Order: sequence, then C-alpha cells, then structure tokens
Amino acid sequence: MEGFKLSKRQELAKELFHSFAENEIRDIARDMDETEEYSMELVKKMQKCHFFGIPYAKEYGGAGADVLTYTLAMEELSKVDASTGITLSVHTSLCCSCINEYGTEEQKQKYLRPLVDGSKIGCFALTEPNAGTDASGVQKQAVKEGDHYILNGTSIFTTNSGFADTFIVFALTDKSKGPKGMSAFIVDRTMPGVSVGSNIPRMGIRAASNCEVAYEDVILPADRLLGQENKGYKIAMGALAGGRIGIGAQSVGIAQGALNEAIKYVKERKQFGKAISKFQNTQFKIAEMQTKIDAARLMVWRAADAKDNHEKYAPLAAMCKLFASDVACDVTRTCVQLFGGYGYSREYPVERMMRDAKITEIYEGTSEAMKMVIGGSMRL
Amino acid sequence: MKIVVCIKQVPDTVDVKIDPKTGNLIREGLPVIINPDDKVGIEAALSIKEQIGGTVTVISMGPPQADVALREALAMGCDEAILVSGREFGGSDTYATSGILAAAIKKFGHFDLLITGRQAIDGDTAQVGPQLGEKLHIPQVSYVEEIKEVAEDHLIVKRQFEDGYHIIKIKTPCLLTAIGELAKPRYMTVDGVMDAYDKEVKIYGFDDLKDDLELDMIGTKGSPTNVYQSFPKQLKAPGTVLKDMTDDEYVNAIMTKLEEKHVI
Repeated sequence: MEGFKLSKRQELAKELFHSFAENEIRDIARDMDETEEYSMELVKKMQKCHFFGIPYAKEYGGAGADVLTYTLAMEELSKVDASTGITLSVHTSLCCSCINEYGTEEQKQKYLRPLVDGSKIGCFALTEPNAGTDASGVQKQAVKEGDHYILNGTSIFTTNSGFADTFIVFALTDKSKGPKGMSAFIVDRTMPGVSVGSNIPRMGIRAASNCEVAYEDVILPADRLLGQENKGYKIAMGALAGGRIGIGAQSVGIAQGALNEAIKYVKERKQFGKAISKFQNTQFKIAEMQTKIDAARLMVWRAADAKDNHEKYAPLAAMCKLFASDVACDVTRTCVQLFGGYGYSREYPVERMMRDAKITEIYEGTSEAMKMVIGGSMRL
Repeated sequence: MKIVVCIKQVPDTVDVKIDPKTGNLIREGLPVIINPDDKVGIEAALSIKEQIGGTVTVISMGPPQADVALREALAMGCDEAILVSGREFGGSDTYATSGILAAAIKKFGHFDLLITGRQAIDGDTAQVGPQLGEKLHIPQVSYVEEIKEVAEDHLIVKRQFEDGYHIIKIKTPCLLTAIGELAKPRYMTVDGVMDAYDKEVKIYGFDDLKDDLELDMIGTKGSPTNVYQSFPKQLKAPGTVLKDMTDDEYVNAIMTKLEEKHVI
C-alpha cells in the first residue's frame, strides 16, 4: 500500500482476481449453491493460478505476496461467490498459517509446500459439537504412546473437509489442564481412522464443503505434532486472529458484490414512469451503503497492513471483522429490499448473498467474541 | 525458439462512447486491456515455449501507461518486455507504426518467430501485422487458427480462409497473425504478478531507433492515412429469412420488399 492506495503490483493482482471471478465463477455460483456442491474443477483452476498460496514465501512454494494482496483475492472472489471466499480462507488463513508459524523447517517443506504450491487443500478442525466460542470444551484427545499419539474424537463444521487432504486437528494431550493441555496436529485425510461425514445442510455458503469429521484411533507419528505439546490453544487463537482479516475481506466482497448488482438493477427497473435509481430514497440508500463498505474495506486494509508490518494486529482484525460482517448483513438485506419481489426470487443473486452474509457474524469468532477481543485489548 | 509477440493496449470497447462533436473515442474512465487477439498471440507463444523451449519477449508501442499491459504479459509467463515509447511516435497510423515496430525488432536482434494479433479492437485495421512482416522481409501467414507443428526451422499452420482453410508450411524466421480460435489465453498467476514488477521493462525511444527511422517516417508526418470520422455501430433490426419458396417466389419476394422500401 502507498497511503490509502494499492501499489501497482496489488492493482494487477486485483485485476487477476477480478477477471478470474467474473469469467470462471460468476456463471456457476448459483448452480453450486443450488446443488450444495463445490466444483473441483474450479479448485484446480484456482490452484493453477496460485490462489492457494498467496501470502506464503516462495521458498516453500508460495506466491510470495503480502496479506493485503490476499485480502484483495478474498474480496474479489467473494463479490461473486462467498463460498469460494471461505474455501480459500480456511485453507490459507487457518490451515497453512498454523504450519507456517509453528512448523519446523522439515514440517514446512513436507506439509506446507504441497498446500501452498497448489497440490493439496487444507482444513482446520477445532470446533466440536460442544465446543464453539468456548474452546475449553474441546474433548478430542491425543494420547501419547511411545513415539506416537493416538487421536480420538469428533470435529464439526469443518470447512473444506469434504475434499481437503490435510487437517490441522486440535486435541487434548493433557486432559487435566483443559485448553492449556491442547496440542495441534497435522493429520492426513488418508490416515486409517479418519472418516468424513456428509455435508451439513446450511442457510448460506451452501456450496462450501462443511462436514463432521470423526477420528477413531488415528495413529499420529510424533513428527505430526505442530509446535510444542500443550501449546495448541495459542496456535488456534493465533490462526483465528489472522483469519479474521480474511473474513473481514470476504464480508466487504459480499457487500460490494450485492451493491453492484443492486446498482445495475435500479438503473434498469422502471416504476412510476422512471428508473428507480432516479428516486432520492434509492440514491440515499446506495450512498449510505457505499460509504459503509468503503469504511469496512479501509479497516480490513489497516489490519492487513499491520500484519504485513509485523505490528500488533489482533484487535484491528477483530474490529474489521466485527464491522465488516455487520455491514455485509445490513447491505445485503437493503439490496434485497431495493430489488423488491425480484430480490426475494432465486433468479437474482442478492438473496444468496443475503443468506451468505449471515455466517460472517458467526464463524472464526462471533461478533460477541470480537467485542471480547477488542474490549480485552483496551485495558478496561 | 526465440519468440517475439507484439501487443497493443486498447480501451475495453464493450461499452464504447464517441464524443459526438469531435468524433473521437472518449477514453477517460474506460478500462484498458491487452488487445484480445494479441493475448491469444501471447498464449500461442507461451505454449510453443512449453513444448520446445525458448524465450518469449513482448513488445508494445504506446504511452508510458502501456507498461501495465507488458506487466500483465510478464505475469502470464513472458520472459522479457520492451516498451516502444516517445513523443515522436504519437499520431502514427498503421504504416508508421509498423515501421517503428520493425525498427524496434531489428534493435532487439535475432528471433525465430514473430506473432501479432490479427487486429486491434479499437482500430480494426488488421494492417500492422502484415506490414511488419513486409518491412522485416520475412514470410508471413495471417489469420492463423492452429499451429499444427513447430520446429526450430519451420512451422506448419492452419490459416482460416473465407470458404475453408489452408495448411501452410513456413520457414523461420516468420510472422504469424493470431485469431481467437488459435488459443484460449491463460490467466496471470499470483507469483507471476509478484515477479512481473521485479523485472525490467526496457524502453526504446526514438533515439534508440534512429538508425532505422527518420522523423518524417513516423508520427502524423509519416502517416499517409488520417481518421476522418469515427462512429459507434448502429444496431439494425434483424433481417428476414426467406424459406421454402421456389426461385421465382424468392425473386418476387425480394423485389416487393425493395419496392416497399422505395429502394427501386
């Protein structure tokens, strides 16, 4: 970034994400939502363009871009399809970041490289049926036996799990210590004992893969432990803090995508003898929405810039997600209203965007959890 | 194989507006893109490089802003880029432009294959490619829709023709002009974008090319043609298709229509 402007490099990357979304995703987004199935062909196309390794170093097979460039990908893809946004986000900000931050050199070469060079897809298994915002409820267990661990338990709402190759799984290695006895492991889908259930039916981001995963006596060699034993909670919280920048960008994308659709529609739709874009109510609504979206985007960029500069970014990331997700819900709801009855029909994409927006206030930390993080950083 | 591709940065003319007073294209606010046929040329060059090895150099003549078109080509996988730019070149028509490009390519040096797009969407002349081939004294095939065989010393290509196609064997060095059917351009890659701005875009100005150029050969002075008027295409009502008639009935139907419209 240069001031409030993108650099030339970031502009060119944005152009790539934009044209890819328009040409490869726009036409299939509705079908993927209807069939609740993500296109594997699309995943391959994105891998070929190196979308799955954006903010990671070239020495590990990544694209060598910054976090801000990654937020541009999240926004541009989510403008057209929020499910694509979350598919990219969970892989990048949650799965890869854990290995990038805490992996040994050997682990990075072995496990991070295929994820960021476009050969494999990752997911992140923390949430359980009884452990959501309160991660201390985690019951998955990894018991050490000799030079390996035996993993048992269940994770739920595991995004990408339907087709992911690599799972970052959080399990208790010392049950008596609660969250302070949690460790992180790199688990392969193909390991005996890993079984992925069917897709969980959802309100929005229906194209994304989101299943329950069961782990039954999965034998994990010691080199699958990520970071130190019993330090997994910190790893999970760190990944989620960074992930929120991506979700903020996804929220901005959903909102801007819906507003762009609405602007096109109100210029064409005629009522009372003129295009409804000529009514002051319409113009005021659109002006308000664009202002809120711009504010949300600047907050996302601020958080990304702080992360790129290795500054303290967690409260900034929480703020951008809190604000942007609220804007996404508000803007998509208003856009459906501007479309009237057509907005409610599945013929136009704004109803899908309104359904997709809601999850941004929930996953990777609810809006309430964001307030806890922000308030906690203010020494109140 | 050493491949050179000529590209032009053009306004995205999907929604083009003409100033009614001056007849010129309103360029402000229009997004700019690599001319679509030229992008096909880049793709063809990159896939030849992938097949038999070599390098791909992109050359564009234009204002300094055309830099971004060259960066995009680099981000797609081209090896090097040259921007031919200078005030002296402004106002050049196709004849002057092909002369400037020919001088730039001579300065660049040896090449085996030169590819241009068939035509640019802003001018639609389809002249610069063929003129360039003539000025460089190399054989050329225009309207190439398929490259069937490629070797260091020759290519076998399929040329689209009005009522069919030609299969042509051509010796290198040579020039091909590409049409949309030839290839589907790839996307840039994210790492390609990152690298594109680390590479140098060489700039050739008039002084660099003056061994082969005179001031009266370029710019408006060196341009035998002038644009008299530009206007957007008018949408016409769809035509009527006559079917299942005898020859006499066809003739009668056409004559009646012409009389109705007072054409005859």
